[in-house]
Amino acid sequence: MESDKSDRLVSSQKSAQLDGLLERLRKGDQIALAKAISFFENDPELIFYLQGELQEILAQSKSHIVGVTGSPGAGKSTLTDAYVSILRREGKRVGIIAVDPSSPFTGGALLGDRIRMKRHFSDDGVFIRSMGSRGNVGGLNDSVFGVIMLYKLYGFDYIIIETVGAGQSEVDIAYVADTVVLVLSPSSGDEIQLMKAGIMEIADVFVVNKADMDGAELLKMNLETVLNFSEIQKPIVMSVATSGRGIDELYQQIEKHKTHLYETGEICQRASRRMKKHAETILDNRIQSILQCVDSNDVNVMVNAVLDEICKSRFGGL
Amino acid sequence: MGSRKTRVLIAKPGLDGHDRGAKVVARGLRDAGMEVIYTGLRQTPEEIVRAAMQEDVDMIGLSILSGAHMSVCKKILEMMDQHQFHVPIFVGGIIPTDDGQQLMKMGIAAVFGPGTPISDIVGKVEEIVGQRVSE
Ligand code: B12
Ligand SMILES: Nc1nc2c(ncn2[C@@H]2O[C@H](COP(=O)(O)OP(=O)(O)O)[C@@H](O)[C@H]2O)c(=O)[nH]1
Ligand SMILES: [Mg+2]
Repeated sequence: MESDKSDRLVSSQKSAQLDGLLERLRKGDQIALAKAISFFENDPELIFYLQGELQEILAQSKSHIVGVTGSPGAGKSTLTDAYVSILRREGKRVGIIAVDPSSPFTGGALLGDRIRMKRHFSDDGVFIRSMGSRGNVGGLNDSVFGVIMLYKLYGFDYIIIETVGAGQSEVDIAYVADTVVLVLSPSSGDEIQLMKAGIMEIADVFVVNKADMDGAELLKMNLETVLNFSEIQKPIVMSVATSGRGIDELYQQIEKHKTHLYETGEICQRASRRMKKHAETILDNRIQSILQCVDSNDVNVMVNAVLDEICKSRFGGL
Repeated sequence: MGSRKTRVLIAKPGLDGHDRGAKVVARGLRDAGMEVIYTGLRQTPEEIVRAAMQEDVDMIGLSILSGAHMSVCKKILEMMDQHQFHVPIFVGGIIPTDDGQQLMKMGIAAVFGPGTPISDIVGKVEEIVGQRVSE
């Protein structure tokens, strides 16, 4: 039974390799961490491999997950860079996941978020991983859950996820992060975005970035008006990511939200929400891949064929 | 989903501001279905090697038009030994033929000059990375 289970998961050679990588990354080896991420990125179901003692470490991990979302060009990467500087000043270790869009046609991607994060390239306390969205439409990458687990095992205090930045459809980050930061800027037509439902609801902290540009005050006023309708008090931070202005306040507001999550116990709800989304992502992908192999002109047959196949193919850990 | 993608780091070392070639090559590799991490201008050898390590790339591409290719490549190769991290390095830009041969002797995988068609570059990357993966 036991061997049957692990056989289905990974070949014994791959399993030995993974064991080695996990052991090394827990001792702080960044090359091992990077290689383990590649394993998980190429096969997101490998997370089932994290069992026993590793599950316990994950359950106890207090790594705070911050999601940074907003339109392309709003300043997400620059802001992340500035925020990381403050976290480093506080002695915190930071793991970053920066997602950029993959081409739906070629599968290729140009990953440029690092250009804005150069300050931290030679800092051992900061680890940056760029990812293509690889077909995920919610602004993330399917393996983001697995990478979070690896970052937790490595022991980062903060995990920052920068999303693709594709607009309102991009709400998945709300199911993944503990604190969601929505970055707006006067230059990117965000005022219209603001009025649309969806993206506004998911933010815990709002940032009006590029406060050095015309229109920032107006954007803030409009934002306040919209937020008053919803009667929820959410903080708005004015920032200039390029100079660092307002980033201290952003840090304070994220800390405040974090404290609130722990005081109210909401942190547990966020964690279970993340797990549900993770399960959903795995199931979705399973259904997709089975469906591709079903050949029929009858919907009924298709649905039943998928259900049959799903029931047959349980995963590890069950 | 679920498939392996070739990952490449394209970097501009030193003070060299010529970035057209780097961008053209980055786009070309992306259009060939690869994931290309571009780190922008003014990178030190240390920064380049660390970025390549964290991103777990299959190869590093350096674009150098400033004439500093010999010393830059030497430092990057040293840095790789130091971090015990080794992937093939491609170099493009203004590289005199003799220097190119010298670089290949030092351990650089391939050298490309002005006017190289992108398809040649894509082909060579696929060849070298393919060899590595099947090893
Ligand atoms: C355009 C240009 C500029 C532009 C650059 C604009 C920009 N943002 O890139 C400007 C005007 C700013 C400029 C400035 C300077 N330039 Co200039 N410039 C050129 C020029 C005319 C063309 C370069 C170019 O863009 N080519 C088009 C691209 C697509 O080609 P490429 O970079 O060669 O890339 C191809 C291949 O080399 C290869 N490749 C390149 N990189 C990579 C990377 C990888 C991984 C791979 C696989 C392949 C690859 O593939 C590409 C496609 O085939 C060249 C002359 C020449 N004919 O090359 C001089 C040249 C490069 N410049 C030169 C000089 C001296 C300068 C200045 C110092 C001049 C000065 N005194 O101020 C400054 C320095 C600027 C700086 N900060 O570094 C010299 C360099 C001499 C040397 N190395 O010994 C050259 C060779 C001119 C000359 N004959 O003297 N320059
Ligand atoms: N004027 C101004 N420009 C900024 C500010 N923050 C970022 N930028 C610029 O906006 C552009 C996009 O920034 P980037 O961080 O890449 O945005 P992203 O696409 O949301 O990650 C870059 O050219 C930045 O230099 C700011 O506060 N003020
Ligand atoms: Mg960005």
